[in-house]
Amino acid sequence: METVKLIIDKKLVEVEKGTTILQAAKKIGINIPTLCYMNLGDMHIENKPGGCRVCVVEVEGRRNLAPACATDCTDGMVVHTHSIRVLNARKTVVQLILSDHPFDCLVCAKSGNCELQDLAHKMGIREIPYQGQQSTYRKDTSPSIIRDVDKCIMCRRCEVMCNEVQTVGVLSAINRGFKAVVAPAFEMNLDHLICTYCGQCVNVCPTGALTEVDHTNQLINDLADPEKTVIVQTAPAVRAALGEEFGLAPGTSVTGKMAGALRELGFNYVFDTDFAADLTIMEEGTELLGRLTRHLEGDKEVKLPILTSCCPAWVKFFEHNFPEMKDIPSTARSPQQMFGSIAKTFFADKIGINRKKMVVVSIMPCVAKKYECSRDEFKADGNPDVDYSISTRELASLIKRANIDFLSLPDEDFDHPMGESTGASVIFGTSGGVIEAAVRTAYEIYTGKTLQKVDFEELRGLEGLRSATVDFDGLKLNIGIAHGLGNARKLLEEIKAGKSVYHAIEIMACPGGCIGGGGQPYIHGDSSILKARHKALYTEDAGKTLRKSHENPDIIKLYEDFLAKPMSDKAHHLLHTHYFDRKKEIFID
Amino acid sequence: MSSIKIKLKEKDINQIDEICKCFNNEPGELINVLHKVQNVFGYLPAEVQDVVANKLNMSVAKVYGVVTFYSFFTMIPKGRYPISICTGTACYVRGAEKVLDEFKKQLNIKVGESTPDGKFSLNCLRCVGACGLAPVVQVADKTYGRVSPDLVKDILKNYE
Repeated sequence: METVKLIIDKKLVEVEKGTTILQAAKKIGINIPTLCYMNLGDMHIENKPGGCRVCVVEVEGRRNLAPACATDCTDGMVVHTHSIRVLNARKTVVQLILSDHPFDCLVCAKSGNCELQDLAHKMGIREIPYQGQQSTYRKDTSPSIIRDVDKCIMCRRCEVMCNEVQTVGVLSAINRGFKAVVAPAFEMNLDHLICTYCGQCVNVCPTGALTEVDHTNQLINDLADPEKTVIVQTAPAVRAALGEEFGLAPGTSVTGKMAGALRELGFNYVFDTDFAADLTIMEEGTELLGRLTRHLEGDKEVKLPILTSCCPAWVKFFEHNFPEMKDIPSTARSPQQMFGSIAKTFFADKIGINRKKMVVVSIMPCVAKKYECSRDEFKADGNPDVDYSISTRELASLIKRANIDFLSLPDEDFDHPMGESTGASVIFGTSGGVIEAAVRTAYEIYTGKTLQKVDFEELRGLEGLRSATVDFDGLKLNIGIAHGLGNARKLLEEIKAGKSVYHAIEIMACPGGCIGGGGQPYIHGDSSILKARHKALYTEDAGKTLRKSHENPDIIKLYEDFLAKPMSDKAHHLLHTHYFDRKKEIFID
Repeated sequence: MSSIKIKLKEKDINQIDEICKCFNNEPGELINVLHKVQNVFGYLPAEVQDVVANKLNMSVAKVYGVVTFYSFFTMIPKGRYPISICTGTACYVRGAEKVLDEFKKQLNIKVGESTPDGKFSLNCLRCVGACGLAPVVQVADKTYGRVSPDLVKDILKNYE
């Protein structure tokens, strides 16, 4: 390894050749401020266009200031990161960025989480000496994401996310000079496009240019309406991240406090999407075993590998990009939709109310779920199974708005019957979790034996593409796991080329799975937060008495009382779905 | 959602395909491909960009990004009689701007646009090397010298 030695702020540092000044400084504890820079750590993707100039530093012997994020260290370099020249330049740069920025910070959805706001504060900016012309671009509102391009600072992080990580390719920098913005092709709206609504662009946007559609006001109105029975379900990944919004360390599980807070907010029934995740395993696991058995019996028609179908962004991705393979994914609906379907049939009957008087709300780590619940096939006579979905961030905002002292809440349980869940369903919230849950159940059904060891360590991890072989009593089951749509695309290309070796594949659109979803508290580039959330879910799973979906007593009862058995006609009608060829749906005006 | 409007004929698509193949369908050759394609079609409508993106296996957003970045590329078809007004130094000081304003007024379009009937399009250029005739206006392949705003109407009449 070739190294170079340099001096940064009077400190000697030795780094590998090719290291940038930014990274070298970080190594010795100097955090140079950045704005457009983005480092996705484990995904090995770095966005360093050097465009914003916030990270400039003074290099002795160099005429102009150097962007630390895009300048490599050289031997003997002497760098000053906070000389008066640097501080003045940095301040001017931020003032110039602010000169055409809308000054609506007080009412901006990103307020408090905005990196530009933080920088202005850090730079001690108290006035903007430059009056730039304000851009007045139209707002683009889709079912999940709002684009307010007036707040775009052209860091192009979203573009890297959308193109390089997710390979969706909706966003690109367009035009030049003052008119330059990040936008879809032909400046069309997101809802006319192949956007999957994964929300990763929202997660990396430093300002309020990309935010989620807010459903909190609608929820407050519904909660106040005595005519309505309002039911809530919470996804597994929410409990591993919500605490961060209240100052708890990442990875602090807040399941009990969350249930308490939801009750305080006034929901009539506080249920758990985990219940529906167990139900998903019953259906998806049975479907997997069905296809596998037919395959082993020599049926050439049977489609393998089976792909998981819990993630709405992933579903929309394959409907647009691989519609010719739309009979490969499991037909099982996502847990959110299974919950809604059972709530508005079985549970509505049980408590004797009309589904139209029932409002089913989901708390999701996701923004694509807002779109998913609006899909026509998940409605009965126009009435949606899930009325709307709010993100982890929106829930935190509601709890704060309602003066609930979250940290002092006692731990409470979910209500029955749709609040009971097993450890298998908890791990649905992270990459590898859905397939592990499926394997736990499928193994016991297939072999008729009890698992000696419930933990399938070989399926766990946060590498973007993983594979493992699980032994079903002599039958070797090949499992593939992908998170991030770019990784998913690789596995789909393999299947398309007839080269896939897998029997089952789990896919989640967001890096890390739902723990890194587009609706989670912002991590501002700190991937250690994802690891902490990941760990929290496995810890919660390990602490549960019941850890296999088919052992959930309320699921067993639901089949006895209502659904008969997995894949029954009724289960098909209520818990399964079909997919569409959306290749031809994009249109150009 | 309605389906994509394919206005392009198969022949057009094949032509784009041929051009892309000349550059080995290499995404890095996008600018060269767009140059050639614009030569063929005269402009780069959305449908054409969509086909190019497809052939080069890249997102149409990226293609659109490049088309809107370079002023050479246009998404507006040129008129049958493209009008170019020289706004080089000599023409400018002899009143080219007033001539340009008159064309804009008469045709009711801005610079870079075409009339709705596709007859005229309006553009500016810098110096055609006929400064002695300033201000100079070109309509299709004919050049008019010493143009004044009150002559604009008469020039347009030649194309009725």
